[in-house]
Amino acid sequence: MAGAHSTLAKRLIVLWTVAIIGFLYIPMVSVVLASFSRKRYFSFPINAWDTKWYEKAFQSLSVRELLTTSLNVAVLVTIFSVFLAFLGALAFARYDWKGRKLFQKVVLLPIFFPQAVLGLALLLWFSALGITTSWQTAVFAHMIWIVPIVTLIISIQVYSFDPALEEAAFDLGASRWQVLREVTLPILSPGLVSGSVFAFLLSWGNFPLSLFTTGADQTVPEWLYAKMVSGYTPMVPTLGSLTMGGAVLVVFGVYLMFMLRKWRRGGKDAGPAVESESGA
Amino acid sequence: MSKWWKPGFLTALPVLLFLLVGFAGPLLMVLGYSLMPPKTFSLIQMPTLANFISIVKDSYYISFNWSLTLALTTVVLLLVICYPIAYGMAKLFGKWANLVTVLVAVPLLISENIRLFGWVLFLLKNGILDGSLKFLFDASAPSVLYSVPAIVLGLVYVYLPFMLFPLVIGLSMVPDTVKEAASDLGATRFQVFREIELPLAMPGVMIGCMLVFILALGSLAESKILGGQVVVMIADDIESAFTFAQNWPKGSALSALLILFSGTLVFYLFKKIDLDRILGRR
Repeated sequence: MAGAHSTLAKRLIVLWTVAIIGFLYIPMVSVVLASFSRKRYFSFPINAWDTKWYEKAFQSLSVRELLTTSLNVAVLVTIFSVFLAFLGALAFARYDWKGRKLFQKVVLLPIFFPQAVLGLALLLWFSALGITTSWQTAVFAHMIWIVPIVTLIISIQVYSFDPALEEAAFDLGASRWQVLREVTLPILSPGLVSGSVFAFLLSWGNFPLSLFTTGADQTVPEWLYAKMVSGYTPMVPTLGSLTMGGAVLVVFGVYLMFMLRKWRRGGKDAGPAVESESGA
Repeated sequence: MSKWWKPGFLTALPVLLFLLVGFAGPLLMVLGYSLMPPKTFSLIQMPTLANFISIVKDSYYISFNWSLTLALTTVVLLLVICYPIAYGMAKLFGKWANLVTVLVAVPLLISENIRLFGWVLFLLKNGILDGSLKFLFDASAPSVLYSVPAIVLGLVYVYLPFMLFPLVIGLSMVPDTVKEAASDLGATRFQVFREIELPLAMPGVMIGCMLVFILALGSLAESKILGGQVVVMIADDIESAFTFAQNWPKGSALSALLILFSGTLVFYLFKKIDLDRILGRR
């Protein structure tokens, strides 16, 4: 069939892909452009460029507080989610056990669930249990959606993991703990890293769950939303650009790290199935 | 085959307990509240169907209708938009497919809010589109912001990766040899597509469609940020029942309908697919 493709069809597909990727980045470019406009109200073309909104953002105490809250939530979500998801992924993809097929489906259910409704259901749940909502409850809320996603990401890595490696280590006299630390974890580390990146950034950017579960505390996306509906302020694109910049740095940092690792190993061996992209 | 309490079950346990407390619990409570008398806050009362009856009587079908229509439109548009790209990623791009994956995934990691706000800036009167057109051609763009097409744009934009990635997985499950065999036996290109490619890629297609449909059905931000007040979607109704109206049982009943509807779809989907085969194959 490969030969049956006309070059025209191939070119059209490439062109279409490039166009759609361009489409995906339109809003980001718009936000960054708006953040450099001096005017109080946005209009285009921009005739006065300025970085004063960034200076204001860096000086503002409330911005610092927002960033701290978001960061606290995202860091805790990442730590807890990756721990739970690591175990979950072993059950999902590594071990052969009776309830596995059912478990796979149960774990994925929260992904197939509207987040806003989940947020409201959790609000109800917390208030019924007498728990006052704050950023700590938001950590819990984020995890319900993020643990399944991270489980899926790590599972993909686990699928390409050869159990014989663990068995060999056992046969050579390693303890269960040693096997985990010296065989299982290093082999699964690419999955764990991609899982952490997803956990961190999905929590960092989450809005629907935060909206209903942070109580009096506020994360960056919540603040941005509140400002968006109550009227334009140039701080919205500015703070938006800052958080976007952070996210992009994290992603490309990790991507480079992977490439470097691949490149370093490249010469030595063909590499076992370890290096496969998570592709999630 | 090991015994059921062996490592598999033990490693599954923490996640299961967590989801029991954080997912099953709240959902069961929502279902419980949906059967309580309207405007009450206690769960220990005589169950009643009053909420569901008032939902049927009131004009809630309008927002259900809007949500269904918009979600369905989004699914159809995304199938058409993503299929060629997914095909390219699975069969044509080779090494470049990884780059496309990263480029499509990065926006997922940026708050949905910010991205939708970017569209507002783009579509706004005197915004980037309108302003550029005025500057370049002295013509103004039609005002699309705060309209139904703007909401569809937002939904298509936000859920694109959720359609694309499952499609890629689905299409990479189609072996080229089978397609070659079919065309050697005289099948036309369309026949190969309809009788070989599509059925073999079906699990991916189904996951993509279901995921997008269900997420779009319960979406809130797109209609609020890009739609202004032109359309009320079901998630809006649920939110206002819980917050402004302080009518938990009504909000719960609406959520329950949404949950039961999406839940049925998900169970149907899960019955049809084998996750090991989809995720494990490389």
